[in-house]
Amino acid sequence: MDEKVRMEIKNMNFYYGTKQALCDINIQVYRNRVTAIIGPSGCGKSTLIRLLNRMNDLIPHARIEGEVLLDGHNIYGPDEDVVDVRRKIGMVFQKPNPFPKSIFENVAYGLRVNGIKDRQYIRRKVEKSIKDAALWGEVKDRLNDSALALSGGQQQRLCIARALAVEPEVLLMDEPASALDPTSTSKIEELIQELKKRYTIIIVTHNMQQAARISDYTAFLMLGQMVEYDLTPKIFTNPAKKVTEDYITGRFG
Amino acid sequence: MKIKNVTKFKENIYRGIFTILAFASLFFLLGITVILFKEGLPIFQKVSVFDFLFGRYWYPTHADAEFGILPIMLGSLWVTIGALGVCVPLGVGSALYIHELAGYTQKSVLKPLIEILAAIPSIVYGFFGMVIVAPFIQRTFHLSVGLNAFTGSLMLGIMATPTVCSIAEDALSFVPKSFREASYALGANRWQTLINVIMPAAGSGISTAIILGMSRAIGETMTVLMVCGGAAVIPHSFFQPVRPMTATIAAEMGEAVMGGAHYHALFAIGLILFLFTLVFNIIAEIISRRFRVKLGLGR
Ligand SMILES: Nc1ncnc2c1ncn2[C@@H]1O[C@H](COP(=O)(O)OP(=O)(O)OP(=O)(O)O)[C@@H](O)[C@H]1O
Ligand SMILES: [Mg+2]
Repeated sequence: MDEKVRMEIKNMNFYYGTKQALCDINIQVYRNRVTAIIGPSGCGKSTLIRLLNRMNDLIPHARIEGEVLLDGHNIYGPDEDVVDVRRKIGMVFQKPNPFPKSIFENVAYGLRVNGIKDRQYIRRKVEKSIKDAALWGEVKDRLNDSALALSGGQQQRLCIARALAVEPEVLLMDEPASALDPTSTSKIEELIQELKKRYTIIIVTHNMQQAARISDYTAFLMLGQMVEYDLTPKIFTNPAKKVTEDYITGRFG
Repeated sequence: MKIKNVTKFKENIYRGIFTILAFASLFFLLGITVILFKEGLPIFQKVSVFDFLFGRYWYPTHADAEFGILPIMLGSLWVTIGALGVCVPLGVGSALYIHELAGYTQKSVLKPLIEILAAIPSIVYGFFGMVIVAPFIQRTFHLSVGLNAFTGSLMLGIMATPTVCSIAEDALSFVPKSFREASYALGANRWQTLINVIMPAAGSGISTAIILGMSRAIGETMTVLMVCGGAAVIPHSFFQPVRPMTATIAAEMGEAVMGGAHYHALFAIGLILFLFTLVFNIIAEIISRRFRVKLGLGR
């Protein structure tokens, strides 16, 4: 199979103060594929995904070793501009977190902070992003209402629209459906299938069926170590390690 | 059955106590308001409301007494505006610094330190202003008196800064971390995030901080009595002595004949001061309510 590598995590160690949260992680993320990160609670999934757009830079006393390459460039390199890195690698968070602004402004925000002034362009881009996030039908008549008036599932799709508007190269999603009902969840899963045609997606989930349904590759993490990383069907039908099998079949945790 | 009755009885007692307490404070407030009106209003039998508010001369003890409080109100106004000019940039600026730039250790020292500053009695500020700041101002600007509106503003501003800073910093830290992360994840830099997301979200808290700072400045008595110079004339520059409303009442109440015109005039000043602060507080309440609705936090 000839896959193109988009991101690569190399010999990654991560520490919260003196506590090591990630231990020698190596993963290759392929272009236009969905890569799922699974594992028991507290194993370091969020820590890992937040390292990919340098969100952990905000945490005091945190320390990182190793490299994260985006198209061969180390995003932790000395000349790398963190703002630029984050624009290229978008993120959708576990809990929907729209700004206390209008629906329109939520999506336009990323464009504005990136220096785009052309109103016509912004309007079109906002519309397109909301359509891509499968939300347009529900909000097109009330773009100026507060985003906080939307339901949880709508808010999360708005957050996805917001992330898409700045055209990231990679989209990170940290349990994007964990706070949502089944209908909203399946909408977001469909959306991910649609989006992977244009984006490279990394998704954290602790829902194994979800990982099996939507991902092409799966990384299984436990206690900060990467136990196994392979094609999703392989992980779910014929894992190389016993612990993986135990976890997948629900024999623990 | 028995237990239920006891609980019910207890509950009624608690309910009664809290109701009494709540109404007690309401009662005091009402009492103060009534007294202010009762003792203040009689002055308007002597001078019209217009002449009182806009009269240019305050000669309450002359044989031919005049009760125009314009110079006194302007004194308060100038000093308050001046104080805002000091405490808003200092207070909000230091809040932003503590919130945004200070490291963990710096923050854990600075915040309590500033809160201690708020606890210094106003007489100490007045003393400091009189003995150190006023002579310094006098020398620096070559003035005939160092006790003037400028010195007053400066001292009041410094006094109000801890209040403003502390409340503004609280407001900033109440902004959910997720807003900041969302903004960063879209490629916004620190300042864009601060201006477009954090500040608006903390806006109501910051305005409340400013208005409380303002209330502190306009209601402060001891310091202004000591450092403002005390002249009841319409100020034409910041470097002239002024006599704000609080200082006037404090300085003259002792010598005013009880029940006389001067006495009623001083109460009327108190009444107007009361109305001012009431308006400030109402504005603060409206602003914070509007923001809360905007943030979706309910009323
Ligand atoms: N800011 C922090 N400071 C210190 N330790 C942290 C911090 N954030 C997370 N940790 C610790 O790091 C470990 C990994 O946390 P992480 O949030 O990455 O787990 P997770 O796999 O995402 O769990 P969950 O499925 O519950 O979201 C946990 O033991 C957690 O307690
Ligand atoms: Mg997590």
